[in-house]
Amino acid sequence: MVKLKVNGMERSFDGDASMPLLWYLRDELRLTGTKFGCGMSLCGACTVHKDGKAIRSCITPMSAVSGAEITTIEGLGADGMHPVQKAWMKINVPQCGYCQPGQMMQAASFLKTKKSPTDADIDAAMSGNICRCGTYQRVRAAIKSAAEELA
Amino acid sequence: MSVIENVSRRGFLKGLASAGVFVLSVRLLPESLHAEGLPGNAGVDHAVFNPSVYVGIDTDGTVHIIAHRSEMGTTSRTSVPLILADELDADWKRVKLEQAIGDERYGSQNTDGSHSIREFFEPMRQAGATARMMLTQAAANQWSVPVSECVANLHTIVHSPSGRKLGYGELAAAAAKLPVLKATELKYKPKTSWRYIGKGSPSYDLSDVLTGKAVYGMDARMDGMVYASIQRPPVLGGKVKSFDDKQALKVAGVNQTVSIDPFQGPWGFQPLGGVAVIANNTWAAFQGRKNLQIEWDNGPNASYDSEQYKKQLQQTARSSAKVVRNVGDADGAFARGGKIIEAEYYLPHLAHAAMEPLVAVADFRDGKVTTWAPTQNPQAVQDTVATALGITKENVTCHVTLLGGGFGRKSKPDYVAEAAILSKKVGRSVKVVWTREDDIQFDYYHSVAAMYMKAAVDAKGNPTAWLQRSVFPPIVSMGDPKLNYGADFELGLGWTDVPFNVPNLRVENGPATAQVRIGWLRSVANIYHAFAVQTFADELAHAAGRDPVEYMLELIGPPRVVDMTNVKNPNYGGNYDIYPNDTGRLRKVLEIAAEKSGWGKRKLAKGSGMGIAVHRSFLTYVANVVEVQVGNDGRIHIPRVDTVVDAGLITNPEAARAQFEGAAVFGTSIALSGSITATNGAINQSNFDTYPVARMREAPLQTNVTLVESDAPPAGIGEPGVPPFIPALCNAIFAATGKRVRELPLSKIKLA
Repeated sequence: MVKLKVNGMERSFDGDASMPLLWYLRDELRLTGTKFGCGMSLCGACTVHKDGKAIRSCITPMSAVSGAEITTIEGLGADGMHPVQKAWMKINVPQCGYCQPGQMMQAASFLKTKKSPTDADIDAAMSGNICRCGTYQRVRAAIKSAAEELA
Repeated sequence: MSVIENVSRRGFLKGLASAGVFVLSVRLLPESLHAEGLPGNAGVDHAVFNPSVYVGIDTDGTVHIIAHRSEMGTTSRTSVPLILADELDADWKRVKLEQAIGDERYGSQNTDGSHSIREFFEPMRQAGATARMMLTQAAANQWSVPVSECVANLHTIVHSPSGRKLGYGELAAAAAKLPVLKATELKYKPKTSWRYIGKGSPSYDLSDVLTGKAVYGMDARMDGMVYASIQRPPVLGGKVKSFDDKQALKVAGVNQTVSIDPFQGPWGFQPLGGVAVIANNTWAAFQGRKNLQIEWDNGPNASYDSEQYKKQLQQTARSSAKVVRNVGDADGAFARGGKIIEAEYYLPHLAHAAMEPLVAVADFRDGKVTTWAPTQNPQAVQDTVATALGITKENVTCHVTLLGGGFGRKSKPDYVAEAAILSKKVGRSVKVVWTREDDIQFDYYHSVAAMYMKAAVDAKGNPTAWLQRSVFPPIVSMGDPKLNYGADFELGLGWTDVPFNVPNLRVENGPATAQVRIGWLRSVANIYHAFAVQTFADELAHAAGRDPVEYMLELIGPPRVVDMTNVKNPNYGGNYDIYPNDTGRLRKVLEIAAEKSGWGKRKLAKGSGMGIAVHRSFLTYVANVVEVQVGNDGRIHIPRVDTVVDAGLITNPEAARAQFEGAAVFGTSIALSGSITATNGAINQSNFDTYPVARMREAPLQTNVTLVESDAPPAGIGEPGVPPFIPALCNAIFAATGKRVRELPLSKIKLA
């Protein structure tokens, strides 16, 4: 039995503990904002927060999140939109949008550690998140905008 | 009301293949926009007032508009209805979009070929004007005043002399009783009164996308559904010889395994066949599949080796081939001697690799199929599923979710047919989930291509003769695997329409037989055609010791319409009188790009260079200047891209800008690392480790997009940014390093 918190709610799971968190969130809890992109931690579409830090849920087994607090895109802006989501809206970042929950979860975690990131900081933090539509320029601008709002 | 060409999509699926798969099907517009007499079950159809299949108005003033095009990131789902809302003078905040099911009464829903706005600008205006004028008439009747005294103003009709007002909702019931206006009776708003066209709007779905509420195909769910993962034959045309599922069935959560038959005849959009594992969740289905033991009969394509195939294509490209356009006498000019320049180019297969792997949910019940899928073409889903199950397409209901990217792959509904077949066999709703590995290994690949170029140049270095020859396995092989020459529409993608002012010009195409499924990918054959043409032009400029921009302008020649007399000229389905290949517009985007980028004026650091390219595709003119820095380790950094676009009238400029920013990144992926290869018939790449795509640190740091103000009719936006970017980048690499790039991807070339 794995006990955890997801977006502030107590949950317990008694299935295959080797199942990645991604599929628990999507198939069991129906929190489908977290996306499947590669299954190998190569694209970042599945990024969620574990105890406030970005992780790739597609390679994180349920056994590794026992007792953890998980936050997904659905819980990021608990009281309306998080500053990152607001910045994404202002800059009109998404095209297809599929990777954007992962991008935003990564950015929100990153901005806790860097208050005024440089381009190089942003490259280093965000290059694990692939966007095939090619919104990187706007992701970068939105991160800078969110950093200003958070400062 | 519209041009209906005699091209049948069903005919295509049965094997007709010479015509433009996606280019011509766009001409299939509805015979009537009007809902009268047409059975319908959309929300629009239930609205109190619904003068068109695309729009309905309720008594509370809600305007329902059908979004009949798929949303894969281009904002089509928003921008097309926005045109209708503008002509209706509706308040966009009170518009409710309804995604259409697949239904031919909406006209073409094949969201492909960059034509959503181009083909539906007029139909949307017609629908909007019809509704607005009927509402105006209803108000005039109610007030007993001449209709000429009444005007629409943001969701209300105003009686100008008295200032009286009635809302659209208040008028809906009365308007519904009026006869529906004919197209010839319509009066459109003047351009100066446009509210939304040319100003645009963010995506209707933006807020849902940002909060994780948006529903993509991957997120679709039906009650009681089970999950399927399919092991497909590793080689095209392979079959299951035998399989053992004992270990698979031991995996917790796995219910059963099911065989899917291989395709019959030409593969078209049919599933590849294989063995499916059915389970209670996605993960269990994946795990069960790993435990399948399958013996394959790989069939004749097991001999396919892409390295050997490459040599064959290059060999073919060196010999004379089918002439598809001829001006003057190139051979005569070559025979007269002088300086001859030759070059060969090669681009490999590419995969689409949209962020959302293929996925579909289907339910077969009582001889009918209901499916939810991220598809670019729900009518093709109807046809394909119907054929697969032996039912009629009227018995296939295809709901369209948002698409997590498409790029052409999601026009081919093999994955939806898989879900329908499995649902019938299992007796429950089934969700088929492709892994990333499936997505890359069972694609309809962008075609590999070899090009041979030859020019004779005069004392100034200008070509007196120009020969270009391409060889690639064509898309139409999906309808008949024996077809080995480029179809007219493929050759019309940046090849036969080469815009250069050369007195002796010959365009050729040689044969190549497909050994994998070939499909269209964002901008299609323009990718390799523009690469060869625009790189070779840059080579000639440097050989002449001239500035590439100045040289290119002379090569394009004076402003004129490119003479296509006696040349097959599909022109993207656009009438050549309305959408001519206008070298004046081509020159203009190039000149603006040179100016905006500071071409020839900016001093660059050592190891840096700038490159240009200009190309017309999807009836849009695009010039790129790319600035590149090549490090001592050969690593490429792209600090700046300037893109100049003349796409005619642009409905949603901000969305258009985003498409051209994205196209530069898509082009970066192709140039840096895009390569699909095969050994023994099986694809070697499988995930983003072996098929890398551009990440933030490799992508252009800043892409500046300039949209040229234009009154020309609307043209394509989603695709035309890709073709010129790649040669512009490679020309910049030459400027930076002196190394000429004639083959991609760059990851296989030493630049340092």
